[in-house]
Amino acid sequence: MSKHRLLAMFKDFDDAFDVVDKIKAKEVSGLVVEDINMMSPIEHPDVDEKLGKRPVNVAYFTLLGAIFGVTFGFFFLTSAQASFLVQPQGGKAVVPLPTNFVLMYEMLIFFAVWTTVVTFLVLSKLFRPRGTLYSEKLTVDEIGIVVEIEDDKLEAVKNFFKDNKALEIREEKA
Amino acid sequence: MGQVIEDKMIDEKLEWSRINADVIASMQNPRRAYWVTLMVCIAMFACAIAAEIYQYKLGLGGAGLNNPHMWDMYIATFVFWIGMSHAGTLLSAILHIIHAQWRKPIYRFAEAMTTFSLMTAGFFPMIHLGRVWNLYWVLPYVSDRGIWPNFRSPLVWDAFAISTYLSSSALFLFIGLIPDMAILRDHTTGWRKKLYGVLCLGWRGDDRQWRNFRRTYMLLACFLIPLAISVHSIVSSDFAMSIMPGWHITTFPPYFVAGALYSGCAAIMTLFVLLRYFFRMEEYMTLNIMEKTTKLTFAIAMVWTYLNLIEFSATWYGHNMYDKELLIDKAVGPYAGIFWAMIFCGMVAPFAMCFQKLRRHMPSMFVLSIVLQLGMFLERWMIVAPTLSMSHQVHQWDVLYGTVIEWAIVFGSFGWFGILFLVFVKMFPSVSMYEVKELCFHLKHEIEEEEHEKKLAAEKAGGKQTSGGGASPAGSPGLEGA
Repeated sequence: MSKHRLLAMFKDFDDAFDVVDKIKAKEVSGLVVEDINMMSPIEHPDVDEKLGKRPVNVAYFTLLGAIFGVTFGFFFLTSAQASFLVQPQGGKAVVPLPTNFVLMYEMLIFFAVWTTVVTFLVLSKLFRPRGTLYSEKLTVDEIGIVVEIEDDKLEAVKNFFKDNKALEIREEKA
Repeated sequence: MGQVIEDKMIDEKLEWSRINADVIASMQNPRRAYWVTLMVCIAMFACAIAAEIYQYKLGLGGAGLNNPHMWDMYIATFVFWIGMSHAGTLLSAILHIIHAQWRKPIYRFAEAMTTFSLMTAGFFPMIHLGRVWNLYWVLPYVSDRGIWPNFRSPLVWDAFAISTYLSSSALFLFIGLIPDMAILRDHTTGWRKKLYGVLCLGWRGDDRQWRNFRRTYMLLACFLIPLAISVHSIVSSDFAMSIMPGWHITTFPPYFVAGALYSGCAAIMTLFVLLRYFFRMEEYMTLNIMEKTTKLTFAIAMVWTYLNLIEFSATWYGHNMYDKELLIDKAVGPYAGIFWAMIFCGMVAPFAMCFQKLRRHMPSMFVLSIVLQLGMFLERWMIVAPTLSMSHQVHQWDVLYGTVIEWAIVFGSFGWFGILFLVFVKMFPSVSMYEVKELCFHLKHEIEEEEHEKKLAAEKAGGKQTSGGGASPAGSPGLEGA
């Protein structure tokens, strides 16, 4: 069966959270809290509590970036310093570890930061067209709830939103 | 009513739509003083361009750089600008991690200041090279000449640290701007709409984006703090790794970091006053926030003062005669005037911030912030110049107060920074709209919760009084009995 996506706009977080609570209480058949996405001008601290804990995996990639940075730093510097073998060193170490630690530290941060940012761009699903399910009021003060539902439940869900203080409802084919 | 709002961090009743409208309007219609300042900055930068062309043709001798003054004003200015860049990290990253709410309306321009200070600082090693066209020699690439940078040198560490800091702070600034650029995309027209439409990267504000955004921002903040400390520690190593009198000091890294935070905070105060006036931001950059900024500046000024005094006493009671002679020479020698000006501007002037009336008086704070920055600039100069004037080699002793070329380039660097900063605040919001909304939201809820608790307590007290035998006053036997 084909599906539709709905965007319901609400005046504030309280109205939106009431709707989420009702969906959690299974007042609407075929709609579960996992299907809900909430759009807002700010991040509300209770969103996680209301929608359930959802994974944020940025930090794992940051760790990978940091490990890569420090490893790359070590091998990059060491291979560069190996070319000094052909030059007189005056008794000093060819690969001076204490000074290399400073540079490896900088490279750790450099790669960790870049990996974090790239991961953020990918995991946040940025660079996607906004489609019709977007309202400019979402960057002012209104809160949006987006759900994906099967066509036969479309009217019921729309009525549910209307009965629960939705200011506006938009829809598009999934 | 006006006084009540000024006493608050921000008016929590501000409508969110008004926050958008105010900030967007401020970007489009600044006061005339904004344009005048921009013109002054362009003129200052033009002076630096002329001086650099002259130096390029004539060589570094034209700038007065010779033996022993192979480093002088340029390196002092480089350290000054690197120091300025630490303000953004302090105000944005550290205060973000400790959840200091008052940073929210003012952290954006502090972050921008960080990036532009680093861009300005980056010029000085190039200018100081003399042969600017050979700059790429410092990069670690495989060349047929078999020449590699000396990785043992703190100057190479500088290059790594500063390029990492510049890219990281620019990313930090950009990531923090994304939700605001989405606001601008939705509420501006013409070329601005197109520009912000590209720069906001398709931000929709859904819960997935906010969750990832918060985690990313926190991670970047966590990385920026040790990075900022390492950057200025490494800059201090440029001096401390040598055996020159006055430079070979163990406390140099913390001393440099404290000095950096100090000058950065002073610069935030200056820009706070200017932006508040240029963009009519009185409701967002409030006196309450200014007061908190000045208190923070004062605390850091005292740390810097302490480290200075520690350094003086360690030198005075130590057995290194070269260091001691240099300290005496700074106090009574040819640089005495500059040294005492530094002491006054950096150590004495901050005590003006102890007075609440002054802390809340914008013109006074503007003048004071300039004095503090002057003190910090002189501090950097007093680190570099006296040591070179009076090093171990007596036959090299010489005094240099900077030539016109040097001063013109230093002067012009402020113009360059000013141009970058003023163009930025005209193009992008200097007040973070979504963070101010969050601040208002949380303050409003805190107040509501407080009122609710008070009401509950009052009801409870009323109930107790009733059960304890009617309307007996607090402390009466009736209440005690209950």
